[in-house]
Amino acid sequence: MLDSAPVTDFNQLIEPTRVHSRLYTDPMIFREELERIWYRTWVYVGHESEIPSNNDYVTKSIGPTPVIMVRDKAGEIRMLLNKCPHRGNQLCAYKSGNAKAFVCPYHAWTFSNSGDLMGYALPDGYEGVSKVGVGLGRVPRIASYRGFVFGSMAGDGCSLEEHLGGAKAAIDQLCDNSPTGEIDLTAGFLQHRTKANWKFLTENETDGYHPGSVHGSVFQVTNSGIGELYSKNSSALTRDYGNGHTEFDLRPEWRKLDQPLAWFGTTSDRLPEYVTAMNAAYGSERARQIMIDGSPHTMIFPNLFIAEIQIFVLQPVAVDESIQHVTAVQFKGAPDINRRLRQQTMGSVGPAGLLLADDTEMYERNHRGAGILDPEWLVLSRGLHRERRDENGFLVAHSTDEVPQRGIWRHYLHLMQD
Amino acid sequence: MTDTMMVAAPADLAALTGVELHHQVAQFLYHEAHLQDIHDYDGWEALWEDDATYWVPANGQNTDPDREMSIIYDSRSRIRIRIAQLKTGRRHTQTPRSEIAHVISNIVVTEIDGMELSVRANALVYEDNLRGETVWSSRNDYRLRLVEGAFRLVRKKVGLVNNARPIYTLSFLI
Repeated sequence: MLDSAPVTDFNQLIEPTRVHSRLYTDPMIFREELERIWYRTWVYVGHESEIPSNNDYVTKSIGPTPVIMVRDKAGEIRMLLNKCPHRGNQLCAYKSGNAKAFVCPYHAWTFSNSGDLMGYALPDGYEGVSKVGVGLGRVPRIASYRGFVFGSMAGDGCSLEEHLGGAKAAIDQLCDNSPTGEIDLTAGFLQHRTKANWKFLTENETDGYHPGSVHGSVFQVTNSGIGELYSKNSSALTRDYGNGHTEFDLRPEWRKLDQPLAWFGTTSDRLPEYVTAMNAAYGSERARQIMIDGSPHTMIFPNLFIAEIQIFVLQPVAVDESIQHVTAVQFKGAPDINRRLRQQTMGSVGPAGLLLADDTEMYERNHRGAGILDPEWLVLSRGLHRERRDENGFLVAHSTDEVPQRGIWRHYLHLMQD
Repeated sequence: MTDTMMVAAPADLAALTGVELHHQVAQFLYHEAHLQDIHDYDGWEALWEDDATYWVPANGQNTDPDREMSIIYDSRSRIRIRIAQLKTGRRHTQTPRSEIAHVISNIVVTEIDGMELSVRANALVYEDNLRGETVWSSRNDYRLRLVEGAFRLVRKKVGLVNNARPIYTLSFLI
């Protein structure tokens, strides 16, 4: 619970099967979201593989706020705010590097990579002033799950594992596809900018109703059967894990096919090194099941999208502007599949991607539409009559149903009113 | 007019003076830019050789496209798919199409190697679409091959000057 009540009465804007357009366009609501979501809950920041050695750093973000994620000289992961406490100057201007210390270019104040002030230029001017407590701003809580590092700007709150809840299984499923159980995010990120509110992106990632129309052109020119997963007779599911986490579960379809690597559009004989490594790691029976089930399609609220073979990090920068940071998943110890993972990623996502350029066009049209006065309410009722609970108690329905979107808004309302 | 220039291209690069060579190369680059401007997808695709690479790097000008993410890193077969998608009429980000104008300048032939040439040039592309107006600026590298008296594209690298920053959707042919 935050100290202050929200200015906006969110109960008036969010109903179980419809949401008000203002939620996407009102700058005041965006400021409230920063306070109540982005600067409070667990937000995905970066991956341990991006800073493998001591003193490595990458500049990341929590919402619009730049964050330096660094492995300090003792090997501990820290998140420092990129602001010199002297005059507010941007401390680090590079995307990544290796540095034991950060020196502010303005007046040469120097900070250790754990954020402590080490020294002033011309220290005689600070005679008698303690350096303690003058360090960099820090993200107060940092936690990692299987290499995925999250930060929370709130000093108190639930643990990362409580926050992830059932969605932990999706991260496990992803990592199980690696013969070492580990993934690398080391191929660099594409950065795709869009003039749209971030929630249109979060909601779309597990919207199974759009691929047939938005991506029909790709399915046509690549003779892909993927479109069938989102057709009337598909046994794939949409799922609401709670806490705003949602997914498409494609496993029912892949299990019907019963072909290892069909999820990746290929066969075992085309990736012999990978298959051998998987069999050696898990035993042939378990490896076969992993390679049939494939990688998950899961949106971890509010900003981590595991898109089977890509990792998307969603970043809101303004009420009407967002950035999608995206890279190929790399399975540690599997060079033959990794090459294909990179190639498919470059073809399908990013600013020129055969898939994501069209999704992003929709985001911008969604956003402009939200600014139109009538009708005020947007509809999320699809499949309400056929929602059911799965064996773990999570809500599921047909792959094209709006179970995920309703789940996202249920959690959003909770956060904004809490 | 442009087609006439294409037909008039030389049979032998070594026989050309520097001025003639520069003129022929410039005419080819203008022709390519024109095909892009008018969304002549088939005409543009036909410029490519089978061993083609169409590369728009990300995160700098000298990344390794076989190890790191690029905005576009197309082989000839992926160029074909890209064009086929544009031609479905359901490539939504190009439906309606962007209005675009390429300006190609600073053309320099940097190497002559038998029937192939390396060329660099700068490009400014103005785009207007539903989102608004965007200006794209790049330093380009080309590898051209003279085939039956006409230049063809072997390799094109479009080095967007802002490729290390978040960029908008890039769905027209750049």
